[in-house]
This record gives sequence, C-alpha cells and structure tokens, in this order.
Amino acid sequence: MKDPSFTMRPGFVMVLIVLITLILLLPALGLTFGAPAASMTDQYYLDNSQTETGANNVVSAVVFDYRGFDTLGEATVLFIAVLGVAMIFRRVHK
Amino acid sequence: MTIGLIARTAGRLIVPFIFIFGFYIVTHGHLTPGGGFQGGAVIATGVALLLVCYYYRECMEKFIPVSSFKLVESAGLILFICTALAGLVVASGFLVNWLNATGGLFGHAVAYGVNPGDLYTAGIIPVLNFAIGIEVFGALSAVLLYMFAGLKETTQEEDDAPASTPALVKGKKGGRK
Amino acid sequence: MIANLPFIAVALLMGISLATILLKKNMIKMVMGLAMLEGAVNLFLVSLGYRENGIAPIFTNAPEGADMVLPTVQALTLTNIVIGVATTALMLVLVMVIYKKYGTVNSDKMRRLKE
Repeated sequence: MKDPSFTMRPGFVMVLIVLITLILLLPALGLTFGAPAASMTDQYYLDNSQTETGANNVVSAVVFDYRGFDTLGEATVLFIAVLGVAMIFRRVHK
Repeated sequence: MTIGLIARTAGRLIVPFIFIFGFYIVTHGHLTPGGGFQGGAVIATGVALLLVCYYYRECMEKFIPVSSFKLVESAGLILFICTALAGLVVASGFLVNWLNATGGLFGHAVAYGVNPGDLYTAGIIPVLNFAIGIEVFGALSAVLLYMFAGLKETTQEEDDAPASTPALVKGKKGGRK
Repeated sequence: MIANLPFIAVALLMGISLATILLKKNMIKMVMGLAMLEGAVNLFLVSLGYRENGIAPIFTNAPEGADMVLPTVQALTLTNIVIGVATTALMLVLVMVIYKKYGTVNSDKMRRLKE
C-alpha cells in the first residue's frame, strides 16, 4: 500500500472532524428548544385541517392532503430503489 | 442454518397476528398515530419472520415467488395514481380531496374539537393510506427476498448430518471417545 | 445551554458519523456511518417543532386545554426516513456485488474495476 497523501492521514482527518463538529454546535447556541420561531402556516393547519379534510390526525392530513405531491415523489423513489435492486440480481439466460 | 422446531412453530403461529396488527395501523391512519408507511413496514416484518424460520432455497422459493411481491407493489402505486387522477376528472384538480363531506363511502363531515373518532371520515386519505401500505409492504419484502437469493445457505441434509470431527463425537455414556 | 440538549446531541452524532465514514476501511461500516448521519438529520428536524408542554397533534380523545406540537416537520421527517431506507438498501446491494467480484470488503484492497 503506498503512502497516503497529506489530506488523508488520520491525524489531519481527526482535526478536521473536531473543527466541523464545533461549527455544527452553532445552532445549539442560537435556537431555543421549546419555542419555535415562525409558525403561521402550522397554526393554520392546526386550526382548519379538521373541517377542511375531515381527518383527526393532523400529520396525516398534512402528508396526504396539503403536501400530497411530496408523498407521490417519495412513493416513486421507493419504487425506483426496488427496480435497481431487481436489476442487479437478475439471472442472465444464455 | 437451522433454528429449531419450537421457534419454527411459534413463528408460524404469530405471523397472522402481525399481519392483523399492521393492517390495523394502516386502516386507522387518519384517527390514531400511524398511516401507510408505518403499517407497511410492520406487515413486512411478518415476512421477515418467515424468512428467518425457514430455509429459503428449499421451502420458500417455490411457494412465494418474488414476482408476486413485485405485482403487489406495482398495484399499490397504480392505485395511488388512479385515485389522484380521479380528482382531476370529478373535481377541479389533481390530488383534490373529492370524497370529503359528500356522504359517500368515506364522506362524513367532522366539526372542530375533540371527538372519539369515526372510521368513515376523511375523504381519500384512507384510500391513499391503503395504497401506500401495500406498496411499502411489497417493496420491503421484495428487497429482503432478493438479498436472501444472493446468499449461500446450507441445505437441510448438511445441517442434520452428525458432526464429522472425531474429537467432538461422544460415547454412549457422555464421555469423549 | 443544558436546555438545548437535543441540538448538542445532533452535533455530536454528526461528528461521530463523519469520523466513521472517513476513518474506517470496512465498507459495511461506512454504510452504517451514513445511516447514522441520516438518523441525526431526522432528530434535528423533529426537535425543531417542539412547543413547551405540548401534546401530539391528534384530535381523537385529546386532553383538554393543551398546546399542540407543530405538524409540518413531522411530515418532512416521515419522507426522509423512507428515502433513507431506499438509499441504504441500494448501497448494501452494491457492497454485496463488490464482495462477489473482489472477494473482500476492505476498501484498501480493491483498486481497479474488474471484468
């Protein structure tokens, strides 16, 4: 195995990871845990979803009715993943 | 690798209850926590239990082919798209809740407030839950069966044969030979 | 600072997952590190929507007079979990094919594309 270059030595990588973790700690200083900042659309969903959609579960109403296109995209992504797995494991008939 | 007669029998007894529990989570998705994705994953756990208990190449491959799970998954996605397109024909747009408050199959109206929960409410949301539930079940089971087909397993004769190393063969009274 | 404990846990999880992906040689451990990174992102999304003394956003037999938690971020997390499952399944299948062709899962020992 040849000598790793400077950027891939374990000491340099660990210093980089500690630096990135310290930068990722910035949201913990800026955000507060119990009080979300701007919640106007969420307040509309909580107040009006039971009469507009008829569902008691507000998360189901948001996933399937107010944001239904995201669920359609996600079902397609799952289908394509199974398509990829089936294509790799097919039997080639001679 | 064999797993023993007790585990095999108990696994075969528990699988219908797992299917019923998963179907309950899928159907009550608009009343309690849960829905299509969570219920489909629970139903796929039943198939995973069957895969652990039985040998794949001898028992499962003949009875449950992979193509049946792929058919179930495609049927789920087609049902989702057809229900969404029916909103384009009946009401004014794609993915519009066209069954809500009409008095039809899922069409009771709900007022704002705390209530015990009626199953026949919420428009097309139970139909979409059922479609996504069978799609996730078919997808996860197909991935599991394809991965098991790529493994090398021992057959049942190799597992039942007595141990071939002479140091481990014990005599009649339990000592070493 | 101690009240923001979920956000500190998210940063630590992301750091540990990055260390796993960059420093380990076994390919299956690299896939495990990526799955842990997706779990850290889901935790961050869910803990953004919490209200103090809130209950779940469900109207069936809910207790009286309590605030409800925000429902939009929970919908985003649901989608993210399913996409994470699809990505992890495809990566594991690719690792299986690599093991069949090269005979090893050590990333130092496979260097060129084989036929």
